[in-house]
Amino acid sequence: MHTVSFLVENQPGVLFNVSNLFRRRGFNIDSITVGALEDPRVSRMTITVDADPKTLNNLLDQLDKMVEVIRVKRLDPLRTVRREMLLVKLGTRDPMAREDALRYINGQHGLVLDIDEEHIMAEVSGEPEELDRFLGNVKSIGIVEMSRSGVTALEKGRLTL
Amino acid sequence: MTEMTGARALVKALEREGTRHIFGISGGSLIPICDELLNSDMRFILARHEQGAAHMADGYARVLNKVGVCMATSGPGATNLVTGLATAQIDSSPVVAVTGQVNRAVIGSDAFQECDIIGVSASVTKYNIQAMSPGEIPEAVKKAFHVANTGRKGAVLVDIPKDCTTESADITFPDQVTFRGYTVNAAPRPEELDWAARILAGAERPIIMAGGGVISAGASGELVELAELLLAPTATSLMGKGAIPGDHPLSLGLCGMHGTMEANMMVPKSDVLLVVGSRFSDRTTGKISEFAPNTKVIHVDIDRSEIDKNVETMTRVVGDAKLALRGLLDRVRVLRTAKTSPEWSKRIHEFRCDMGENGEERPPYLRAPKVIRALRQELPRDAIVTTEVGQNQMWAALHYDAYLPRTFFTSGGLGTMGWGFPASIGAKAAKPEVPVVDIAGDGSFGMTENGLATAVEEELPVVVVVLNNNVLGMVAQWQRLFYDRRYSAVKLKGNPDFVKLAGAYGAEGVRVGTYDEFRAAVRRALKADVPTVIDVPIDPEENVMPMVPPGMGLKDTLMEGA
Repeated sequence: MHTVSFLVENQPGVLFNVSNLFRRRGFNIDSITVGALEDPRVSRMTITVDADPKTLNNLLDQLDKMVEVIRVKRLDPLRTVRREMLLVKLGTRDPMAREDALRYINGQHGLVLDIDEEHIMAEVSGEPEELDRFLGNVKSIGIVEMSRSGVTALEKGRLTL
Repeated sequence: MTEMTGARALVKALEREGTRHIFGISGGSLIPICDELLNSDMRFILARHEQGAAHMADGYARVLNKVGVCMATSGPGATNLVTGLATAQIDSSPVVAVTGQVNRAVIGSDAFQECDIIGVSASVTKYNIQAMSPGEIPEAVKKAFHVANTGRKGAVLVDIPKDCTTESADITFPDQVTFRGYTVNAAPRPEELDWAARILAGAERPIIMAGGGVISAGASGELVELAELLLAPTATSLMGKGAIPGDHPLSLGLCGMHGTMEANMMVPKSDVLLVVGSRFSDRTTGKISEFAPNTKVIHVDIDRSEIDKNVETMTRVVGDAKLALRGLLDRVRVLRTAKTSPEWSKRIHEFRCDMGENGEERPPYLRAPKVIRALRQELPRDAIVTTEVGQNQMWAALHYDAYLPRTFFTSGGLGTMGWGFPASIGAKAAKPEVPVVDIAGDGSFGMTENGLATAVEEELPVVVVVLNNNVLGMVAQWQRLFYDRRYSAVKLKGNPDFVKLAGAYGAEGVRVGTYDEFRAAVRRALKADVPTVIDVPIDPEENVMPMVPPGMGLKDTLMEGA
C-alpha cells in the first residue's frame, strides 16, 4: 500500500479530476482524506492505494501536470507518520462484552463518546494497521456500525511536501 | 475597469488573445454572444455539426501554431464537441472551446439543453473552467489560452452560463494569469543534455525518431542538422511527418504498424535511438519488447509523464524539443568520438522496396499508392494535406512525401474518422493562399461531408480526394487478413454518388477513371473558386502494405497479405 500526498487548488471539481485519473489507470483508491490548509485556497489530499510502483510513478507524473495539482509526492513509509481515526459502535448488552469493549478501547487509548444500555461508541485512532488489529479484536463483541476517516499523513522532521 | 456585459467581455477577451476566426454553431445559450460578435471583426465560420467545428479549429491551430477557437451551445452542442476536443488533446493541438451553459439558477436541474460539460469533458481536455460571473470571463479566457498553448499543448474548454453573458459588471482584462500548479519548464537541464550527448556521441548505428513534438516546437532545422552531423537515418512517427523532408537522403519515413521497410528494419538494429517529441504509441512501436531490445534509448519530451511510460529509456531530456536539440548539437559537435560508418545510412537503400506503387493494375480501379504519388507531383512543396483515418491515412503516410513541417496533418492519436475534411477547411481559413487537400476515404468523408456547406459558403476551396472503395477499408483489410475474409459491418452499399453530392452543395464534383484524368482534375481543382470532390474508384481488395501484424515486432513487417 502506497501513501501519496498532494497539494491542490481548493476548488470544485479538483477531487473529481484527481480521482478520475486513478480510475482511468485502473487503480482502486483505498482511502482518501482532504482538508484545507492554513491558506484556504490550497487543500492537502492524502490517498492510499495499492499499485505497482512503476505505473504509480507514471500516474503521479500525470497528476503533477494537472493544472489544479500544485505538488505531488509519494511518501517514504520509513519517514512518514500515518494516522487514521475510527468511529465504532459496539453492541454491549452483555456486561462481559461491555467489559471487553472498554478494555480494547482503553488499550488503544480510545475515547468513549457515547454510551447507553446496549451500545458503546468509541473514537480510536492510530496507524491504519493498528485499527485493523483493533477491529479484529472487537469483532467478536459485535460491531453495530463503524466509519473510518481514511489515512492522513505527514513526513517526519525537516521533510515537507 | 469598464462596465460591460459578459458577452462583450468574452468577445473582447478573445480579440485580446489574437483570435481572428471562430468555428462553431450558434444556439439558445449563445445568442447574446453571437449578437455581440456582430460588433467584432472576428470571422464566425458556421459549421454544420459541432464536431466539424472542433476539427476546423484543430486544423487551423495545427497550421498556424496558434490557438484555434470553436464555439457551441449548451447540451448537445457541447457534447458534439467532445470527439473534436479528444482528437486535439491527444495530438497536442491547442484548441479552446467556448460552450454556452444554461442559466446559473437552473444548473443541475436537468434544464432544457443542459449537460454537465465540465464533467463530460474532464477526461478529454488539458483543463476546463466554468465562469460563474461576467467578471470571471476575461480571466477564464486568458487561462484557457495560456494552458492550451504552452508546454505540451492541448484542448481547453470554457463553459459560460447564458445569464453570465447578459449580465453587466465591471470588467478588468488581466495581462497575465498565474497558476500555483501549472508551470512550463521549457529549458532542459544541462546535466540531462550532457548525459544524452555523451551517449549520442559514442553511437555507431544511431537512429533518430521524430514525433509531433519536433513540429510543435518548430525544431525541424535543428533535427535535420543533428541527423546530418551524426549521419543518423531519421524516421518519424505519424505525427512527426514533415519534421525531416521526405526526400532527404537520411529520411526513413514512417516507423510502425504501417511503417516503411527501411524504418522498421533499421530501428531495431540501432545501437542508439534518439526519440524526440514522440510518445511511443503502440502503433509506432509494435510489440514493445521487440521494438529496440538492445538499443540505448534517449527520450526527449516536454511532458515528463511520457518518459518511461511505454518504453524504458536509458536517459531522458525533459524540455522543449528545439532547445533540447540545440543543446545536443552544441555538445555532440565537441564530444563526437565514434564515427557512424557511412555503410550504416546506406543500408536505407538495402531495405527500401516497392510499397505497392508499381503493383499490378486492376481496371477499372486506380491504385491508391499511385494516386497519392501523382497528387504529390501535382502539388507545390508547401501544399497542405490532411487525411482521414483508415487505409487512406496509411497510404497517405507512406506515399505522400511531406517536405516541410506543418504541411501534413492527421488524427494520429485518436484516429478520428471524419477529421480530415473539416480540418482542411480550418487549414484553408488559416492559409487561404496555399492549396489544401484532404486525402479521404468514402467511409470517413461520409462522417463529416456536411462541411461542404461551410466550405462553399465561406469560399474555402479545399480539394477532397475520395479514395472510394465503398467499404470501411482498414477494417475490411483486417477481416481479410486475420478473420478469414468474414466481412462484417464494413460494406457501404448505400454510399451516395459523390459527384452529385458535391453538386448538391454547390461544390465541384468529378469522377476520374485514369491517372491522367486524376492529375487533370487536381490541376483544375487547385484553380477553382469552390471546393472540389474528386471521386477515385479503388479496389476494395487492395491492402495497405507493409504491415506489422498486431502483436508482432517491427522486424516482422510483412510486404504481402496472406
